Amino acid sequence: MTKQQANWSPYDNNGGTCVAIAGADYCVIAADTRMSTGYSILSRDYSKIFQLADKSLMASSGFQADVRALQKVLAARHLVSYLSFIYQHQHNKQMSCPAMAQLLSNTLYYKRFFPYYAFNVLGGLDSEGKGCVFTYDAVGSYERVGYSSQGSGATLITPFLDNQLKSPSPLLLPAKDAVTPLSESEAIDLVKTCFASASERDIYTGDKLEIVILNASGIRREYLELRKD
Amino acid sequence: MFRNQYDTDVTTWSPAGRLFQVEYAMEAVKQGSAAIGLRSKTHVVLACVNKASSELSSHQKKIFKVDDHIGVSIAGLTADGRVLSRYMRNECINYSYTYESPLPVGRLVVQLADKAQVCTQRSWKRPYGVGLLVGGLDESGAHLYYNCPSGNYFEYQAFAIGSRSQAAKTYLERKFEGFTESSRENLIKDALFALRETLQGEKLTSSTCTIAVVGVGEAFHILDQETVQSLINEFEIVGEEPPADEATVPDQGGVAEPGPADQGTPTDQGVTPMDV
Repeated sequence: MTKQQANWSPYDNNGGTCVAIAGADYCVIAADTRMSTGYSILSRDYSKIFQLADKSLMASSGFQADVRALQKVLAARHLVSYLSFIYQHQHNKQMSCPAMAQLLSNTLYYKRFFPYYAFNVLGGLDSEGKGCVFTYDAVGSYERVGYSSQGSGATLITPFLDNQLKSPSPLLLPAKDAVTPLSESEAIDLVKTCFASASERDIYTGDKLEIVILNASGIRREYLELRKD
Repeated sequence: MFRNQYDTDVTTWSPAGRLFQVEYAMEAVKQGSAAIGLRSKTHVVLACVNKASSELSSHQKKIFKVDDHIGVSIAGLTADGRVLSRYMRNECINYSYTYESPLPVGRLVVQLADKAQVCTQRSWKRPYGVGLLVGGLDESGAHLYYNCPSGNYFEYQAFAIGSRSQAAKTYLERKFEGFTESSRENLIKDALFALRETLQGEKLTSSTCTIAVVGVGEAFHILDQETVQSLINEFEIVGEEPPADEATVPDQGGVAEPGPADQGTPTDQGVTPMDV
């Protein structure tokens, strides 16, 4: 007699792809807006990008219910330390991106034995104003990189970015640059190309692309229509 | 108030039905440096006198941001105030997390009052020695509340607590009827004038006071020193008299405004300061 296996899973995969690229004084975070389950589409216009602080944005693919819960927990944990921080230091300064990166890692590991099914990319500006991107697994292992991609289209996009961004690629040991030498508009065009190609082959990626650009003058959003099939 | 045989712990009633330890806690509030609050229909202004223990040290923080829509100024044991602010922040964060909307001010003050009441009915605790002026904005408008160590709370149009606060209260009693319709700038001006009353001759500069504002479309924030100094200079209130009143107010007991909860005029050195 074989052991009874669970036929109910607490997790589901809502698909989608996220990308982030760090530049000398900007950061580009992009994600498609398709939310699906199995072979069905749940929404063509669901944002996977969330602003955690002044200079930190997170894009997450995976199980969107867990992603939403993670976003709420992070927002609350950020507020706790932010409010006591302004008490101590009387500056209206929010958490830096590298500090937020550690907070995200700790929050994910906290649920090591019932993880958030979320594959995250954190993007923003560090305290010197340089672009930074951090990439994560589901339980909080993270690394600062020059660019990253997560989600269903990641396997299609990552090799393309390795080829195009060359110098910050972690495949060159040691990495030549921490950030890409590309300009902001070149990076945005590259991201659009990535998603246009990924939408052709990956059934879970498409509908619309949301691009958020963070630089010294603030935050900006762009949208691009993608294939709807 | 003199020492007597019923004041040793908070769980002992006096034959006259008073809890002396709680009343002594209210004394601690009166000894702290002044804090003032005023509100209009759309804004709440909190102001306090900065007291530094010596010229070498920085002054005590007496105004705390609790959330984007709520702030608090305190008088009394500032450490107790700091701890209660942390509690209030956590309550706001948890409410926001669950309901994705800001915690209504009225609910927060009730939770705070209940927390204070617990300390008046446990033999192993002592009452919090701090009075809090809670100013905030929610769907029902701008609110100003005063929370005492006794566990009571009152809603006000304007109020002052701490040492020499009676001088500020006298000023506020004259002017409060105009506050509802007051503009943001006039509200801050009145706060500065009221604060000046408590200084009794000392110079009012941006280093001796702290002002904070919250209003419609304006998150709670403390005004920085330059802004405060330029406001003081603008109003030229260093040595000048405040503007004449339009409406004369018949001298009444206080500036308390009747509200939904238990209200009453703020009694001074009354027989039973805790009673409503």
